[in-house]
Amino acid sequence: MSLPLIAPHNPWMATATRKRRHVLDLDDFREQEIIDVLDSAVSMKEILGRSVPQVPILRGKTVANIFYEESTRTRLSFELAARTLSASVMNMTAKGSSVEKGESLIDTIRTIQALGADIIVMRHGESGAPYLAAQHFRGSIINAGDGRHAHPSQALLDLFTIREHLGQLKGLHVVIAGDVLHSRVARSDIWGMLRCGMQVTICAPSTLIGDVQMWQASHPGLKISYDLDTLLPHTDVLMGLRLQKERMQAGLLPALREYSTYFGISAERLEQLPKHAIVMHPGPMNEGVEIMPEAADSPRSVIETQVTNGVAIRMALLYRLSGETQA
Amino acid sequence: MKTLITNGIIIDPDTRQMGVGSVLVENGTITARFDGQLPADASVRTAPGTTVIDASHKLISPGLIDLHVHLREPGEEHKETIATGTRAAAAGGFTVVACMPNTRPAIDSVATIQHIAQAAARANNAEVLPIAAATVGRSGKELSPMRELVEAGAIGFSDDGTPVSDPAVMRNVFEYIKMLGVPYFGHCEDMVLSKGWGMHEGAVSNRLGLPGYPSAAEEVGIARDIALAELTNSRLHVCHVSTAGGVALIRAAKERGVKVSGEACPHHIVLSDRWVLGWLDDQAKAENEPGISLNATTRPPYDTSTRVSPPLRTEADAEAVLQGLLDGTLDFVATDHAPHSRVDKEVEYRLAMAGITGIETALASMLMLVNRGQMSLIDLIVKMTDEPAKFLGRTSTTLRVGARADITVIDPQMVWTVEADKLFSKGKNTPLLGQKMRGKAVLTMYKGHITHQE
Repeated sequence: MSLPLIAPHNPWMATATRKRRHVLDLDDFREQEIIDVLDSAVSMKEILGRSVPQVPILRGKTVANIFYEESTRTRLSFELAARTLSASVMNMTAKGSSVEKGESLIDTIRTIQALGADIIVMRHGESGAPYLAAQHFRGSIINAGDGRHAHPSQALLDLFTIREHLGQLKGLHVVIAGDVLHSRVARSDIWGMLRCGMQVTICAPSTLIGDVQMWQASHPGLKISYDLDTLLPHTDVLMGLRLQKERMQAGLLPALREYSTYFGISAERLEQLPKHAIVMHPGPMNEGVEIMPEAADSPRSVIETQVTNGVAIRMALLYRLSGETQA
Repeated sequence: MKTLITNGIIIDPDTRQMGVGSVLVENGTITARFDGQLPADASVRTAPGTTVIDASHKLISPGLIDLHVHLREPGEEHKETIATGTRAAAAGGFTVVACMPNTRPAIDSVATIQHIAQAAARANNAEVLPIAAATVGRSGKELSPMRELVEAGAIGFSDDGTPVSDPAVMRNVFEYIKMLGVPYFGHCEDMVLSKGWGMHEGAVSNRLGLPGYPSAAEEVGIARDIALAELTNSRLHVCHVSTAGGVALIRAAKERGVKVSGEACPHHIVLSDRWVLGWLDDQAKAENEPGISLNATTRPPYDTSTRVSPPLRTEADAEAVLQGLLDGTLDFVATDHAPHSRVDKEVEYRLAMAGITGIETALASMLMLVNRGQMSLIDLIVKMTDEPAKFLGRTSTTLRVGARADITVIDPQMVWTVEADKLFSKGKNTPLLGQKMRGKAVLTMYKGHITHQE
């Protein structure tokens, strides 16, 4: 089976004659569009390296960051990206806002629209919330993470980081180890990676994967494994995912120690990887659980680069939605 | 005052015969029936005070019966009232509805039953049969005053919306209703397995990142209730069966003689979980040929009108529910018409109230199956008239002389579009908005007076 085609009925995706309206997930990105974003992020990264890292591309535009869930790197990097492009920035977190008084998502979106936002960057605990917002906002929505569903800017920065370090995407084998069942990062990564011709294997205890046939039907071409050690010699990119401690309380795992023994990214496991292989993690890390400090700090680790590249990717996305012509 | 409905194709569910004929209605009763073409000069046409309604090329069916609707009154009149819900029923061709007790307060007192009876009589759009709460306040703890409620008119008991979670309480409900000769309408769900659900658990939920309501949550619920009905030799009616496994459990229980019945909802047959993908579904046939196909790709993904309990399942499940209906495992069609307000639905997907309004689209939805050759017309009418009537202990729905004049005239070819402002229900929460349908009740008569006419 191959990855499904992009649905032709989606009025929000980019076509030859229509620019992209929203960035909600990578499932409606064609490979070429992903490559275009990565190429554009190369230029953005160059801007970030300048002594005065600011360009007037989004001057006069307003970007609203609305975060219904906590976030460090995503929120800060979107804010930095917007400021670097000279946009005005509004920030809203659910805590301390009218959301606590019961304001609905739609009303919040309308309020932010009335305040003049051109682009809304939103993080929300409910899968699909950005799709609801997109129906009630005249501008563009960038999904900065919704429930278990998607985190497209994270997936793009992961692809960017892989290409930057390994020179290509096509044909490389990525192993995503951890709680894929509850992970929006994994879901977007899988779409983007498969679309770019990479091989993807998810590896976790069966309770954190769920039904294998379900994955094969929803993400055709994806491979599934319960045995990390046998994968390592054939892995170009090893990505860990955060293991939330609540999973253990929910009875999905016997013990963190058992998880760590079989699936933790340790210095010993890094030894089993090919020489060129890199280690990634979207953060925030539980060091000592899904990744050991020695592995996170090893020369193979590109975790800090991921954070830096995140700003460049988010600049590229803001730029892409801002209505300017191609760089 | 007489009404003469002429030269339609009369459907007799009793004998499973169809033939051209005419029906004369006087004082709420069918007083004459003329089989064959009624001549243009027939004297009955010109008798003083006779209104003649030409039903040529249309079907004349006994009034349709829907034993699962939510009328929301008392307590949630912003979603629906007995007047609007029964008006919608009339527009859908129904003359009898059974309403579920998840109102506020729940239908757990004689006073509430009396209120419903009075409101239904005032509206006079359809017969309203109350299903009362099995437990006080639908809390799943103490039994409601069931004997009183039956004497006041309750046709059965249910905590619909939720199961009676405690199996010991459930057993007592089954024991008690045995004495009363009425069924328990089971909303069969293991709420621990379905906790936090967004939609059916499967490939679509995995793609959309929505927490799943596994088929097993329904199957465990059905299996438990079948076991308890069997233990107590009592009557279980399984509401809104949505899974292939659930159909199989009911089939096996029937074979060994358990007093179990089941119902199928149109949305569980003609829709599937892929509708939640909306325009992200690249494999859907994006074509709305009226009476044949629906286009699932016209709506955005995560459209909350698709959120219903039990959820829209896979196409294989839909096929199994249809098979269950065809082979008699599932006894009749019921809509589970569940109106909600915009406030309940214009929210994040998982937080949206579950429910689809279906009473005005049920007939056209089911006629699609007839048009596609998946079901015969007579089977469909039997499943929407005679089978629910028999379930109620009524002898027949056939339009014979002396019968109450509950009549639905159906134009099977009429093409119409489902539009929010044309629905009589206050609830516009149907995924079918914007779809072109074929087939409609063009005249509905309840106790001899016209409750709906196109």
